[in-house]
Amino acid sequence: MTTELFIQYLMAGITYGSIYAIVAIGFNIIYNTTGIINFAQGEFVMFGGMIAISLLQYMPLPLAIALSVAITMLLGALIEICFIRWLKSPSVLRMIIITIGVSIISREVAVHIWGESIRSLPYFVGNEISSIPVFGARISPQVLWVVAASGLMVISLGIFFKTTSVGREMRACASNRKAATLCGINTQNMVTLSFVLSAGIGALAGCVMSPITYSQYDMGTGLAIKGFTVAILGGLGSSGGAVAAGLLLGIIEAFSVSVVPLAFQDAISIAILLIILFVRPQGLFGSKEAAGLSEV
Amino acid sequence: MALLEVYKLNKRFGGLLAVNDVSFQVNPGQIKAVIGPNGAGKTTLFNMISGTFPATSGSVVFQDWDLKGKKPFQVAERGMARTFQNIKMFSGMTALENVMVGRHVQSSAGFFSSMFRMPWTWKEERAIRDKAMEFLALLEIEEFANTDASSLAFGQQRAVELARALALEPQLLLLDEPAAGLNIYETAEVGRLITKIRDLGITVLLVEHDMSLVMDISDEIVVLCFGEKIAEDSPQNIQQDPEVIKIYLGED
Repeated sequence: MTTELFIQYLMAGITYGSIYAIVAIGFNIIYNTTGIINFAQGEFVMFGGMIAISLLQYMPLPLAIALSVAITMLLGALIEICFIRWLKSPSVLRMIIITIGVSIISREVAVHIWGESIRSLPYFVGNEISSIPVFGARISPQVLWVVAASGLMVISLGIFFKTTSVGREMRACASNRKAATLCGINTQNMVTLSFVLSAGIGALAGCVMSPITYSQYDMGTGLAIKGFTVAILGGLGSSGGAVAAGLLLGIIEAFSVSVVPLAFQDAISIAILLIILFVRPQGLFGSKEAAGLSEV
Repeated sequence: MALLEVYKLNKRFGGLLAVNDVSFQVNPGQIKAVIGPNGAGKTTLFNMISGTFPATSGSVVFQDWDLKGKKPFQVAERGMARTFQNIKMFSGMTALENVMVGRHVQSSAGFFSSMFRMPWTWKEERAIRDKAMEFLALLEIEEFANTDASSLAFGQQRAVELARALALEPQLLLLDEPAAGLNIYETAEVGRLITKIRDLGITVLLVEHDMSLVMDISDEIVVLCFGEKIAEDSPQNIQQDPEVIKIYLGED
């Protein structure tokens, strides 16, 4: 393999990897506050991209993206308020099945609004053929947007959870919900907030990736599976783990193309998911506790 | 005027009457203890007072405010804090962060300003941190501020939990077996800290097994047995009470 080709694969791997990491972090945020896996996470990404594409007819790109993220966050809040909040001490399994239902409904809504056609946002800078040379390889400037946006999201989430009182209270809820409520924290609002946050980062990911990967009503399922693989691989609930595992999966997928046919790319990530679930269910960096999907 | 008034409180679990017609008052500035043998309904009583679960009948009135149907977080906002028999730390967070979470009720920064790090939230964040440090210092554990709370020794975790409850600046502090799992030395320490808290003007209601602690620090004692109140008096009189002696030492 030539150096150029190697870098080309590596960059492709990093691009997809950072998208997977963002989807996985979306899973983690909701998992941490509720103990459930929100299988509608991929649909947040889809809505983010699709809404931005529709809004683009009426406003410039940055505004369309910002508004699309805001609308998707609102959707996240609505989903939590309509489907999760009113449940009285629901079991984790029941909530997970509800999120699967929500994801199916979301896809149906999307196909009615946007149809089955494949759409995409324009490249943020330049166009399909513009490229930047990196060590002899040529990469699209959009790749840098994806990597930068993902990096920024990870860093700002880290700062949010570490240094703000709302972030700290969300961590408190994740750690011990009963004690948090006795500290005067409305834990139900924290759950809503976790849906809003997940929806927001999902939507932003959906916008920056749209020019490269395109947006379609049913893109969420595939992403959710990849994101779930990464979340499990990195250890449920661990953001750092999600980033490492996301990049790992992205790079493995990218390089697999040089060994096996392209069609097997998805098979590889699902094989990794199965191996991890069998061999190391707590993930590479996760705690044993998370592996049991403990009821919170 | 009583700070807390418990009136004819009942709790039924299926066929079991865990708490049966219990009434008492807690006056401001005192340390009141609820004692009784295992299974007497002490923790059940506590859970009803703090709003963790509803009473079957009867009422709990806190500062002229009926707790019926109130959520635990609302009760906390209103000025009632509690600790647990099994310490509930926020693991993965430092002792200081644990106490800072307790400041939630007293802080005002909204979600958006907090998220976007407005200058005034930065200032408030600093105030929260300083105040949390003060509570750690009050409980003499400021040296552990930056240690992961769940890795501290048991007695220290209890102190962190107390600091977290105090950070709410409550009028009433409920302590569920504050000496549970502590050795004699640590128990005496906790007793001293509880008196220190009372001297700050915070009313304390506690449930406890350890008689030496209860007799040393309480101003008044309620004795429960099989869900019923059998005595309510000062520690001196409770020690003389024939019925209480019968329960604790058995009939001769």
